[in-house]
Amino acid sequence: MKDQTLQIRTSPHLKRPLATNTIMLHVVLSLIPVMAFAVYAFGITALFLISTTTIACVGTEYVLNGKVKGKQNIKDWSAVLTGVLLALTLPPGFPLWMAFVGGMIAIALGKFVFGGLGQNLFNPALVGRAMLQAAFPVAITTWTETLVNGRFSHIIPSSLTIPFLEPIKADAVSGATPLSAFKFDKISTDVQDLAFGFTSGSLGETCAFLIVLGGVYLGFRKMLNWRIPVGILGTVATLTGILFYLDPVKYPSPLMMLFSGGLMLGAVYMATDMVSSPLSTIGIWIYSFVIGLLVVLIRIWGGLPEGVMYAILFGNALAPILDKSIPHRIYGMSSKNQNKNRA
Amino acid sequence: MNFFKYKAGTFNHGIHPPEMKDDTKGLPIRQFPFSPMIVLPLAQHIGAPSEPVVKEGDVVARGQLVAKANGYMSVPLHAPVSGKVKKIDYVPSISGKKNMGIYIESFPSSSQEVIEGHAIDLANASPGEILSGIQQAGIVGLGGAAFPTHVKLSIPEGKTCKYLIINGVECEPYLTTDHRVMLEQHEDIFMGLRYLIKALNPQKVYIGIEDNKRDAFEKLEQYKPLDLAVEMVLLPVKYPQGAEKMLVTAITGLEVPSGKLPIEVGAVVINVATTAEIGRLLPHGRGIQERVITITGPGIAKKGNYLITIGTPLRFILEQVSGENIKEVFMGGPMMGVSVSNLDIPITKGTSGIVAFKPQQSLENQSEYACIRCGACLDACPLSLNPSQLGILAKNEAYDLMASDHHLLDCFECGSCSYVCPSNIPLVQYFRVSKSIVRKRQAKAKS
Ligand code: SF4
Ligand code: SF4
Repeated sequence: MKDQTLQIRTSPHLKRPLATNTIMLHVVLSLIPVMAFAVYAFGITALFLISTTTIACVGTEYVLNGKVKGKQNIKDWSAVLTGVLLALTLPPGFPLWMAFVGGMIAIALGKFVFGGLGQNLFNPALVGRAMLQAAFPVAITTWTETLVNGRFSHIIPSSLTIPFLEPIKADAVSGATPLSAFKFDKISTDVQDLAFGFTSGSLGETCAFLIVLGGVYLGFRKMLNWRIPVGILGTVATLTGILFYLDPVKYPSPLMMLFSGGLMLGAVYMATDMVSSPLSTIGIWIYSFVIGLLVVLIRIWGGLPEGVMYAILFGNALAPILDKSIPHRIYGMSSKNQNKNRA
Repeated sequence: MNFFKYKAGTFNHGIHPPEMKDDTKGLPIRQFPFSPMIVLPLAQHIGAPSEPVVKEGDVVARGQLVAKANGYMSVPLHAPVSGKVKKIDYVPSISGKKNMGIYIESFPSSSQEVIEGHAIDLANASPGEILSGIQQAGIVGLGGAAFPTHVKLSIPEGKTCKYLIINGVECEPYLTTDHRVMLEQHEDIFMGLRYLIKALNPQKVYIGIEDNKRDAFEKLEQYKPLDLAVEMVLLPVKYPQGAEKMLVTAITGLEVPSGKLPIEVGAVVINVATTAEIGRLLPHGRGIQERVITITGPGIAKKGNYLITIGTPLRFILEQVSGENIKEVFMGGPMMGVSVSNLDIPITKGTSGIVAFKPQQSLENQSEYACIRCGACLDACPLSLNPSQLGILAKNEAYDLMASDHHLLDCFECGSCSYVCPSNIPLVQYFRVSKSIVRKRQAKAKS
């Protein structure tokens, strides 16, 4: 036997077979049903939108993190995930060029300026979406009906708006989202329609059922911290349940709250981004509760119909503070020394 | 499941690596052939190296003292074979450090009869005599640490031993050494226990065994002498339960303070194979010459639990068990074991296992990603440290901060954090390096 062929490694010599790129890939895969449904509901436009943001994200990552920073990490799938998630937060008829800009912003501002994967304070997809909302407030609140005829052969006209030229044509627009319908007109939407996606909204806001399914899969594979969706949805359900019990006319039902808007997508796929959520379990619970609370506050008393995005961004900002300020018990430390053990 | 049968608690966090013990756990201990050359490093224990009392050309008989203890924190060495001292020279070691050692050419045809020394009579010996008997027998912790057992058994002034815990956990994957010892050497174990009880006079005696060795648990329960007040504790399987601190917590519920030994909370933990060795050697005044080693892993054809002479070179061992296509071989278990680069190194008193991997099992081609703050390492660390943060600090070379604010020096390199990290960050490796840097700086600051 030859010694030269022996490999020296430091322990441990065993490794759990679960790598970061696998996790990211599985998150993307678990979104395939949601994407497929979006294409079914909104037609080929949805497909174009998803491709656009994904290409924008991956391309930006490739250029910025790869070429500029010199640390190519395209293979970790995180840019693809950001692209897909961003698309799912956009309305179906959203102009593609704006979506492309959004994808670039998501990676550049959401990730690159912080130092790349793992260092970003906020969920990059939400950063992209927030910027788009600020820059194009009209386009991002222009909704289309689901299941329109000819959706597989025709692109929604507003998608092809030429950059910086035309404002969105008003006639392409229809359909208020269930949340705005309730907020401004007190119209409730059938929960069944909400859960199965036959309402207007962003690409991924529609079919709550499929999102839950993806989340359950990831939860079982330990690729997602189940405490976050459970914490957020639990908080929202409890708080709105109390309000609904007090005054069912003034306040929407908890079920409608749970299944409408971006809450499901946000709770299952956005808030659970590992990088921008707290590390410790106690931190996770506080984080989830705060996001749930903010969602309810914004939706019911705020000026906007939807508040999931801001709630999660706020939660992201809170995460490092939670990590720093929650003391955690270290084995074998006297209580006197415990307070030095900040994460 | 017999879930409710666990009488003990547990420690926080920990991991569940694949056990991989099935290949060897059913194989009885077998005598391994004698190697024509025995290499005895003088430093095979923690503490001062032993001092040779033989010289080149001397003929030694099996069991004869060849190196004496150099002070209190040291143990003697006995000739593991009858033979001739070929030379006293540098020996290769696993850490790469240069060590002196005794080379003995074994006589193939001699009877290999064992020379006996001063027997320790259980009935009449004082605790002090038992401790010195243990030192004279050259006994060190056989679980892997190789810490001189008599030192561990000397209770510092002002402390008393409340709990004597016999460690039959063997939480490292692949290894079945202690498992077989418990199945086959119960008489030695209980004899050793009598010596230990006499030396320590503990209030409670436990034997802790993980649930994957239920047959051993039942065997010891069955053969437990009636006059011996020992509580058998069945523990749920979890790595690193075999670590002293973790075991103390699992059984007594007490936490060993940071930077202190288990005796701080009145506990003494002794490995079960060490206990058996005490029971076997002391009544005859013998020195330790051989030990049970699990040789296993995909790269080994003849896997098994073997009784091997201390000082047998690894190359000889691998030839005998038909090691083939080996990419990586390490001494100890896969979680904490150390890779070997040079097959001339001999096995020592602390070698509990030899595991060989083929290229398929090797982890060399894993790419490293950025820390995605998944928190898996926090949920794995048995000490509740923050490996994620420690890893980032290590990358930034903030070693002093790691030690002062993040308890780096408590880390005992169990490997749980590296095992779970999806980004393949070599956390333990960072900590090992950081610890040695911090220790050096602290030593410098003192002097
Ligand atoms: S190696 Fe150290 S930091 Fe990592 S899990 Fe073990 S004790 Fe914790
Ligand atoms: S397990 Fe690895 S990736 Fe996850 S938080 Fe710890 S160091 Fe970071």
